[in-house]
Amino acid sequence: MRNLMNITDLTVEEIDELIAVAEDIIANPVKYQDACNHKLLATLFFEPPTRTRLSVESAMHRLGGSVVGFSEASSSSSAKGESLADTIKVVGGYADIIAMRHPKEGAPVVAARYAGVPVINAGDGAHNHPTQTLTDLLTIWRAKKRLNNLTVGLCGDLKFGRTVHSLVGAMARYTGIKFVFIAPEELKFPRYIIEDELDSRGIPYKEVSTMEEVMEELDVLYMTRVQKERFFNEADYIRLKDTYILTPEKLVPAKEDLTIMHPLPRVNEISTAVDDDPRAWYFRQAKNGMFIRMALILKMLEVTV
Amino acid sequence: MRIGHIENGIVLDHITAGNAMNIYNVLGLGKLDCAVALIKNASSPKMGTKDIIKISTNLDIDLEILGYLDPGITVNIIKDGVVTERKTLTLPERVVDVIKCKNPRCITSVERDIKHEFVLTDPVKKIYRCVYCDQRAK
Repeated sequence: MRNLMNITDLTVEEIDELIAVAEDIIANPVKYQDACNHKLLATLFFEPPTRTRLSVESAMHRLGGSVVGFSEASSSSSAKGESLADTIKVVGGYADIIAMRHPKEGAPVVAARYAGVPVINAGDGAHNHPTQTLTDLLTIWRAKKRLNNLTVGLCGDLKFGRTVHSLVGAMARYTGIKFVFIAPEELKFPRYIIEDELDSRGIPYKEVSTMEEVMEELDVLYMTRVQKERFFNEADYIRLKDTYILTPEKLVPAKEDLTIMHPLPRVNEISTAVDDDPRAWYFRQAKNGMFIRMALILKMLEVTV
Repeated sequence: MRIGHIENGIVLDHITAGNAMNIYNVLGLGKLDCAVALIKNASSPKMGTKDIIKISTNLDIDLEILGYLDPGITVNIIKDGVVTERKTLTLPERVVDVIKCKNPRCITSVERDIKHEFVLTDPVKKIYRCVYCDQRAK
């Protein structure tokens, strides 16, 4: 039995296998529609965001399995003071696999100890969100047909954005990757991750403050939301917010095969005028999330099709 | 300054100068009924200065905790006035309930009866991280 807590729990070879299975699911969905018949997924969402829950539940339904669960802590027994360990011991007796989101960092590690069935971390606070990273990797693979030799630009809130931290950690394991960090001074990519993941392996990167100065170099542009509450004062936010909004004008010098990504939900950091650009992948990215989660469920339940 | 030798017990030698009081507290030596000597800033050819703790009973000391606190310590077991065993320490791979995770967003801050566990992620820099949230121990 395996659990998925962090993207680095998976080897590069295992990620390649998951991508291959996801590609086969996309090409032959009927082949997989009964693969998880009579299997039960429990989705334990201790905080409300629904997007990941919809994705993982859709994945299980499309594999022919069933789903039970809750989507906020107030409707769970934890609201009555039950420990997480006890909740998980009970649910582990019902379900064949658990997907869990929790506001506290490391909660899925506790769950994995007591569940007795595989546990998928569907987000633990600002810590890890490995199925989002798998989604991102599948999207880059589908767009480029490779995960090496790419210049990857990450733009926006690079300080607090767990999706970009995790993506950098995952992409750093492939060859020929260059990173370009596009962020205001206040939201720069954390120095400790640069030291641990990039400097230690000699992986090139550069840090800039506007996307215009690097647009023509990029193969992938990963946008994130710049949130007002991250700034010390409103004046700084107002001064900087437009700098990190992607518009058709800013895309003029970009490569024809640029891949524009965003973990969603978007507020205004990508103009809706970009949505019809064939280089905009973010809605396909969300759909890829379902396919890679299908592949992951199959792997964790050790179901072969 | 002279402190008499012990017949039976343990001598913790080569403690980093200034660290003995911390070790005394963590090992709970204040609760012992036997004689315990704490020597600060003793001269040492190897270390310049060092601390020493002498305990006049054969206490079962958790060497992993001691290794985490100060891996340079030498543990001498004394029986009938002679050193019968000399142990050097290494950094433990894992420490349980020795240090607390200080990350307020960590599950350890809310879950009942949970053990605070840290694993050694960088032996050179002596970096330990919480097994739950990856927070670095300080």
